[in-house]
Order: sequence, then C-alpha cells, then structure tokens
Amino acid sequence: MVSLREDTPRGDDHVLIRIRDLCNRFGEHVVHEHLDLDVYRGEILGIVGGSGSGKSVLLRSIVGLLRPSAGSIDVFGEDLQALSTRRRSLLERRFGVLFQRGALFSSLNLQENVAFPVLEHLGLARAEAEFLARVKLSLVGLPANAALQYPSELSGGMIKRAALARALALDPEVLFLDEPTAGLDPIGAAAFDQLLLTLRDALGLSVFLVTHDLDTLYSTCDRVAVLSQRRVLAADRLEVVEKVDDPWVRDYFNGPRGRAARRHINSSKVD
Amino acid sequence: MMPNTRQTGRLDDRPDSLHVIGNWTITHYARLQAQIDAFKTQAGNGHELDRSIDLSAIETLDTAGAALLIDLLGVERMAATMAQAPELPPARRALLDTMLQAMETPLTPKSHEISKPLAFLAQTGERVEDFWKQQHLLLGFIGLILSALVTNLLRPRRWRMTALVAQIQQTGFNAIGIVALLTFLIGAVVAFLGATVLQNFGATIYTVNLVAFSFLREFGVLLAAILLAGRTASAFTAQIGSMKANEEIDAIRALGLNPVELLVLPRVLAILVTLPILTFVGMLSGILGGALVCLLTLDISALQFFTILQDVAPHHFIVGLSKAPLFAFFIGAIGCLEGFKVSGSAQSVGEHTTSSVVQSIFMVILLDAMAALFFMEMGW
Repeated sequence: MVSLREDTPRGDDHVLIRIRDLCNRFGEHVVHEHLDLDVYRGEILGIVGGSGSGKSVLLRSIVGLLRPSAGSIDVFGEDLQALSTRRRSLLERRFGVLFQRGALFSSLNLQENVAFPVLEHLGLARAEAEFLARVKLSLVGLPANAALQYPSELSGGMIKRAALARALALDPEVLFLDEPTAGLDPIGAAAFDQLLLTLRDALGLSVFLVTHDLDTLYSTCDRVAVLSQRRVLAADRLEVVEKVDDPWVRDYFNGPRGRAARRHINSSKVD
Repeated sequence: MMPNTRQTGRLDDRPDSLHVIGNWTITHYARLQAQIDAFKTQAGNGHELDRSIDLSAIETLDTAGAALLIDLLGVERMAATMAQAPELPPARRALLDTMLQAMETPLTPKSHEISKPLAFLAQTGERVEDFWKQQHLLLGFIGLILSALVTNLLRPRRWRMTALVAQIQQTGFNAIGIVALLTFLIGAVVAFLGATVLQNFGATIYTVNLVAFSFLREFGVLLAAILLAGRTASAFTAQIGSMKANEEIDAIRALGLNPVELLVLPRVLAILVTLPILTFVGMLSGILGGALVCLLTLDISALQFFTILQDVAPHHFIVGLSKAPLFAFFIGAIGCLEGFKVSGSAQSVGEHTTSSVVQSIFMVILLDAMAALFFMEMGW
C-alpha cells in the first residue's frame, strides 16, 4: 500500500479547503470562534473532539448547508457562499457527503438511492445508472439482493454502507464523512477503513472524516484536527497531536481505548 | 503537470491487442458506454477478446470507469490482464482489485416477475384481504382503547390532564373558527335552497323549520365531524406515525409503558370532549346563517324566526348531539390506528395520513346513514 503519510504536501497549491476566522453561533450559543483549518489535497483528515464541540457543525458549514456567522470558507479556491447557484451546484457535485444517520431517501430503494444523483447530474440512462449503483453497493460490501430493499427494512450498519455508496456515486473529489464507522461491526469497520485508503490512493480523494473511532483514526488518517474550546486546538500528524498538552487530548489518546488502538497499530506495523 | 481530463477515453482496436486509452471517468460515462456498445457489435460474438489487452495508456480511472472496463472484459479476463501487466501503478491496481472483488458476485438481484393478469388478480385479492384485515384491526384497536380506558378510569393518578388539555386545545379550541364559518355558510345556503323550493307553495315560512331540522339533526354534527376528520385525524396519524418511524413508540414500550394509554387515550378523550362542543357551535352558527338569510331576503324577522324555532321539538337537538361522541370515537381511533401502521418511510407517513382521512370520513357518513335509519324506525 502506498501511503502519503510520510510526505504529506504542505504547500499552498495543495490546500483544498481553506477555513479562516470562522465563527458560528446560534443565538447566545457560540460553537466556533476564529477557527482556522486547512484540508490538503489527497489527505485523510480526521476531526475529533468531545460531544458538542461542533464537529458536525463544521462539516455542515463547509458543504454549505449552514451559513457561517462570520469568516470565510474556500473550497477548490472558491467561496461557496459567493457563488451563483449554478456554479455552486457544479462545485457541490464534486462533494460526497455521508450524514451521521445515513439520510437515505426513505421512499426509494437502495439502488434508486445511489442511482439518484447519477441520474440527476449526469443524465445517464436508467439502466446504466442502476448498473453503476449496484457496483457501488457491492463495493461497500452489500449483497446483491439488498439493492431492491428500502431503507426502513435495513439495519443501521447496512444503512451506513448504502449511504457511503450514495456519497461515492458521483466519484467525488472530496468525501465528507460524519461518523462513518459508528454502528458498524468491527469487521465492517475495518473493511471500511481499507476501502477508504484504497479509494484515496487510487482516486486521489481527499477525506474530511469526523469520527470517534480511534481504530479508524489510527489506521487511516494522515492528519488529525482536534476541535476544542470553539477552535482547532491542533491539526497535525497523529504522533504530534497525541502529545499536545491539553486535558481533553490527554484523556482521549491516553485513555484505555486510545492506548489499545495505538498498541494494535504499532504491532501490525511490526508484522 | 495535470493530465488533460476533458478528453473522453477510447478503445483502440489493433489486430494484435486492444488498447484502453485516456480518461475513463464518470463524467465521460455515457460516451464510453456508447463506444463499448459499438465495439461489441463490431467485434461480434465469440472471438472478440482473444487478443491481449493493454491498460498502460489509461490516464485517469475512477470507480465508474473501472466498472465499465470490468463489465466489458469480464472479471476473470480482467484479473488475468492485470496479472500480466506489472507496469500497472500500485494505486490503480488496488482500485481495480477492489472493484473486481465488488463485481465478483452477480450484481443483479433475483426478481420474481409474474404475468400481468395474474398480478392484477393477486392485487385484487390483496386489496380485499387488506380491507377485512383493516376492519379486524380497527375492532381490535377499539378493544385496546376501551380496556385502557377502563383500567385508567379508576386511577385518577394516571390521568394525563396536561396532554388531555393540550389535545383539547389543538383539536377543539383551534377549530372553532373554521367550524363556525363553514356551518354559517352552509346554513345560509340551505335557507336559500329552502326559500326557492318552498316559494312555489307559498310556504317560505317553513324555511325556518328546514334550517332548524337539518342543522339540529344532521348538518351540525356531520359538518363538524367531517371537518375534524380532515383536520384532526390526519394530525393524529402524522404525529403518531413520525413517532413510530423514529422508534419512539418502541422506546415507550421498552420503558414498560403502554403507548395506547400514553398517546391514544388523551387524543381519543380530547376528541370525545371537543366534537360535541363543536357540534353545538356548528348548530348555532348554521341556524344563525339561516336566520340571516330569512331576515334579509324573506322578510322573516328575528323574533318570528326564534318563535318558530321554539316550536321545533328539543329532541331533534338531542338526536343530533347523541351522534357526536360516536363519530368522535371512530375518528380518533382511526387516526391513531393509522399512525401505528406507519412503517419507517416518509412515503408511508403520507399514505397513512391520506388513508386515515378517507377512512374516517367514510366511517362518519356510514354511521350517520345507519343512525338516520335507526332513529327513523324508532320514530324519534
């Protein structure tokens, strides 16, 4: 496996998403204040932080579902908020978003769910779009007969996988994943990590990964950003972030689960 | 340097080998598919792929392009080709490997299609059976409501007054305006109709009796019930249905509580209280509408109108009002039951909301017809 981990580019040309001075508040409640963050091309950036630290809000601001109270967010070098609807739609087509609870369309079966963006955006014939959809569903590890089932008939893990297939439907350049492995069994989660790495290496995907899963963090992420106290506390390689002097970071990485995940990764590297 | 990704990839068919060239990505999918179709028809069946295949000229490849290639070559052929191509970059090999794995198993789900006439028969059968199941279910649900009612009646501590009052406000108080307006207008219309017909007999004075009879016995309760069926039954279904879709009903059960007692009883009791009140409002307002028409177009003074009204036997009022609780109970029960039948999807919430309105209006009119027969036979 080729990994970009050791030589992650840091130049300005490689910045895919640039967030400067971002503020988000809901009434009195301030979620982000003067938040800066860069996401580089071709990297997998893990976002961690306690519950309510604004991870999902950050994701929603970047993909344009939430207008920030202040600050700028440039994606592909353009400010989403300032673009015309048409330009914006073209840009958003290069995003793939996996929502926390899947957000599959409940009145469409899985195959239609995945084929939907393909049909809408690329104007393929239905048979072609459905073929692609079935390939994507199989790619994320769903059996063929799941294609005709409806979201309400599926388990939480299967919904997650199908939602990932939909996020991958347009072969996006950036993937936004909100807790993708929550609700997956460990085997499924490991397969997910592997799939993510393969796709990143083969397609040059950039991934914005909100997660609590320490195993995913250790096995896939090139960099990790810690959200705390309304801003990004640190955004760097795991080895560096682990050593940041902050009570939450210490508890997070050096708690029993953090230690176990690191031990597991280190031992598999030796093998 | 970035490769030029705008150019669609192509297949170069040489005598000794087949070259896959250029950009094989989802943006070019339709054109690539067309090329493949053309290639397949040109090559004919059987001997088309006995040449070696060269993948080295591919510039960009994504999952869609890989899927197309694998679909063209077949899984085994692709695997063999990759084995003979050591120059393939590792990242691309990994992608193709992943896609091969994904496409190894047959992708088309099994479907069992049956002929159209047979499907029609099956559908008819299902509908009929559904109808019976429906009535059976409604009876069972009414039983559940009644038993929950009886067990809670003697325990005032378990009466949910807050929920009850909130429901009374939503289903009753907030509906008074629309009920009053609607019955007022219908009252005026009935008076106009009566005046037109009765004029021929010089009996326009009986318009008063017509309005009073029709509203006290039928229209007051019927109009209020139909409005409530549209307004409240649908709200019950949507509320309970979205709770069901969100597993909240299951959570109530898992907490050892009874959803019928918690959700259905306050709603059904509220509508039992409000429909008689709304019926009364409807009767008054309809008679007022009639009185206004009498005053303005028939020269029947208000005093005259109300003197005649006094002669109308009060039991008509009782007959009309006595139907209200019956209608209310069925509207509430159907609204809640449809909510419980919702199954997860947004579409299902919509379907059951529609069904609850249709069913409760149907039930109200059916019961009213039966009640009319009954009261007529009894001579009330």
